[in-house]
Amino acid sequence: MRRTSIPVVAMGIALACAAGSGQAAEPKRGGVLNFGVVAEPPNYDCHGSTTFALVHPIAPHYSLLVKFDGKDYPKVVPDLAQSWSVSPDGMTYTFKLRTGVKFHDGSPLTSADIKASYDRIISPPPGVVSIRKAYYSDLAVETPDPATVVFKLKNPMAGVLEALASPFNCIYSAAKLAQNPKYPETEIMGSGPFTLVSHVRGTSWEGKRFDGYFDKGKPYLDGYKAFFVKSNAVVPGIIGGQFDAEFRGRNPSEKTQLLEKMKDNLAVFEGTWVNNLMIVFNTTRKPFDDVRVRQALSMAIDRWGGSDALSRISILKFVGGVMRPGYAMSLPEAELVKLPGFSKDIAKSREDAKKLLADAGVKDLKFKLLNRNVAEPYTPGAVYSIDQWRRIGVIAEHEQLETKLYQDRVASGDFDVAIEFQADFMDDPTAQFSKFLTKALSPSGYSGHTDTKIDAMYEKQRRTIDVAERTKIVREMERYALTQAYNVPLLWWQRIIVNHKKIQGWYITPSHYLWQDLSTVWLDQ
Amino acid sequence: MLWYVIRRLILVIPTLIGVAIAVFFLIRVMPGDVVVVKLRADGAAVSEEAIQAERKRLGLDKPLYEQFYDYMLGLPRLDLGKSLWTGEAVTKEIALRMPVSFQIAIMAALIAVLIAIPLGTISALYRDSWIDHTVRVVAVSGLAIPSFWLGMLIILGLLSLFNWLPKIGYVPFWQDPIGNLAVTIWPAASVGYRYAAVATRMMRSSLLEVMREDYIRTARAKGVWTRLIMRRHALRNALLPVVTVVGLEFAFLIGGLVVTEQVFNINGIGKLFVDATARGDFNLIQGLVLLIATIFVLVNLIVDLLYGWLDPRIRLT
Repeated sequence: MRRTSIPVVAMGIALACAAGSGQAAEPKRGGVLNFGVVAEPPNYDCHGSTTFALVHPIAPHYSLLVKFDGKDYPKVVPDLAQSWSVSPDGMTYTFKLRTGVKFHDGSPLTSADIKASYDRIISPPPGVVSIRKAYYSDLAVETPDPATVVFKLKNPMAGVLEALASPFNCIYSAAKLAQNPKYPETEIMGSGPFTLVSHVRGTSWEGKRFDGYFDKGKPYLDGYKAFFVKSNAVVPGIIGGQFDAEFRGRNPSEKTQLLEKMKDNLAVFEGTWVNNLMIVFNTTRKPFDDVRVRQALSMAIDRWGGSDALSRISILKFVGGVMRPGYAMSLPEAELVKLPGFSKDIAKSREDAKKLLADAGVKDLKFKLLNRNVAEPYTPGAVYSIDQWRRIGVIAEHEQLETKLYQDRVASGDFDVAIEFQADFMDDPTAQFSKFLTKALSPSGYSGHTDTKIDAMYEKQRRTIDVAERTKIVREMERYALTQAYNVPLLWWQRIIVNHKKIQGWYITPSHYLWQDLSTVWLDQ
Repeated sequence: MLWYVIRRLILVIPTLIGVAIAVFFLIRVMPGDVVVVKLRADGAAVSEEAIQAERKRLGLDKPLYEQFYDYMLGLPRLDLGKSLWTGEAVTKEIALRMPVSFQIAIMAALIAVLIAIPLGTISALYRDSWIDHTVRVVAVSGLAIPSFWLGMLIILGLLSLFNWLPKIGYVPFWQDPIGNLAVTIWPAASVGYRYAAVATRMMRSSLLEVMREDYIRTARAKGVWTRLIMRRHALRNALLPVVTVVGLEFAFLIGGLVVTEQVFNINGIGKLFVDATARGDFNLIQGLVLLIATIFVLVNLIVDLLYGWLDPRIRLT
């Protein structure tokens, strides 16, 4: 049986980057990049959004203070900031800004614009929705001069730079925000490498090069056009020449179809994805309030075998805990396999699971597995889990609902067991643990548990600036979460990008939210 | 006649008010929350505070009677509210998609009429011959094959044979006729085939029935040419039920486009309907239902008026 290990994953990413990035060749100017986006943003406001459907077409119009490095994730590199320093106590971050940066309307970008944008995120004015308000609530922004921004922390906070590198923290014009704080919902006016040409709702989004972009010589493209298409229209779209790329991800079968049809004209990028499919037990319902039952259900699942089988037909691939396998703070595999549900000896694991169920006095367990009716990867993940539970005599009935109905049921706690997913733009534990917490601390603590120990550990890691110390806490928290099994990750996703090989300068990262400003992308044609 | 048309048009108003009231309340019985779909469907841990802020921004925090009052007050001004998803006016969202859907529907209707009348006539004239059998097989296939499946076959055919698909996006016919037809001809053909099949069968059976009428037999007995009998007497009478079918099918076509537009990635009314329903965008669904109801009522009116033109006996005074 094939085993997927972390070094292989890392190598996969590295090979893909080296093969497809075009590092060896000199970038060429010109051309228009056409790509597909499998959803469309409701409006244009980064601060009120959570979707990649906004990032892919809109990120090229905006700059960030700092951003993740596409070539060296999770390193944070300057964008509008030229450099920064952190005070010894870790409570003050001082950013020196680039000079001469202009917005698309020609007005200069200064520290006032950074402050206005972050103030809008931290304390949104009436009528403005800020999704990540709580995430930045410990920050206060000061502007000692037009070229300096200071972030002062009210409390110690880990991962500040990573949080500031969020692709959703677009920098808006302070002057325009003063006139209308809601302008970003309906208008594009940033300082990114491309300006907006048109948005035909339901069809396309078009941008053209911003000649006043601060990074001289970039962008290389004359422009880009994003087409809003259904997911199943991506493969025909690439083969039929409608567009040349799609940056979210395809499944193995689609990769094969594209390779069969277009042979040598494609570049394939593969790696881990900061997304996983997880099983949520409703701990407010019996018998899922019993840790033995939850552990037994997790232990019945052969994740290692599932990785081998499911990775051939779906984007489910990597075995991991709460943190993405391969990430610096995740539990090493040697430790992970000791936790319930992650053993490689599945026969013994299932025997233990049966004993746990017997100890808990649970016989002939039957329940409904709530899922959304989205095929990839939810259906294969659920079908596999149901089959695995059958092997310990547990019967699960698959109940697939439309996303909006599914969301209602999960949020209201109207389910036995549900298939959920975790997705964010970065690996930071503060983001990754949000679904493992109590409802008091996290709106997506869908399991309904009231275990404040995990909340306390979460808060502690969030306030621990020392990386080694924080890693220790995170790993302890991961061990605890996987042992209590309120939620258990099934498998982590594989990100497969299949683009036309003429597209150069694009790098795969573990997140489909990152490195999408297209400033480094060029066409070899 | 004019009074009849005016009376029918006036009757449209209470019909549409009834539809508007029914759809407003029925749609709100549906489970699902557009705000939750908008903010949480991508997996983010969005706070209840943000959810409530968005709900307030969209006016969903108002009591139902207030929302109903606003909605009904807007109707006479053709103000259907704003899309809960995009924030754009519902009329603007619909107007953007109308041209392409309407063009596809017209093209499908033309394809249907141009195929159905000659094929149905030939089939009836050569009843039980190989021509008749062939036409019937083609017609039954049209009924049996779902439009969206035919659409998929067309796409697969284009990809397999030419590695080509038409460009995404709609260009008006007068700006770029070839570009326009390259996009619209395929969905029009796939829905038009079924449409043509229904009308062909109706044309055939209607003509066969008319051909058995006494006045046709009398004309034949008098030695009138078959072609003249067909043109002067048979076809016109046989067309009555065909017109009904073509009219009704046209109204149904908008519904039929729901799936076909998805297949061809056409940004039309059908795709908008699917998206609005999936997201729980009440305002947009209400607007679309009203639009389709209006089309239905108007098409029925046109069919009734055509009756009078085709058959003077039922002409209204």
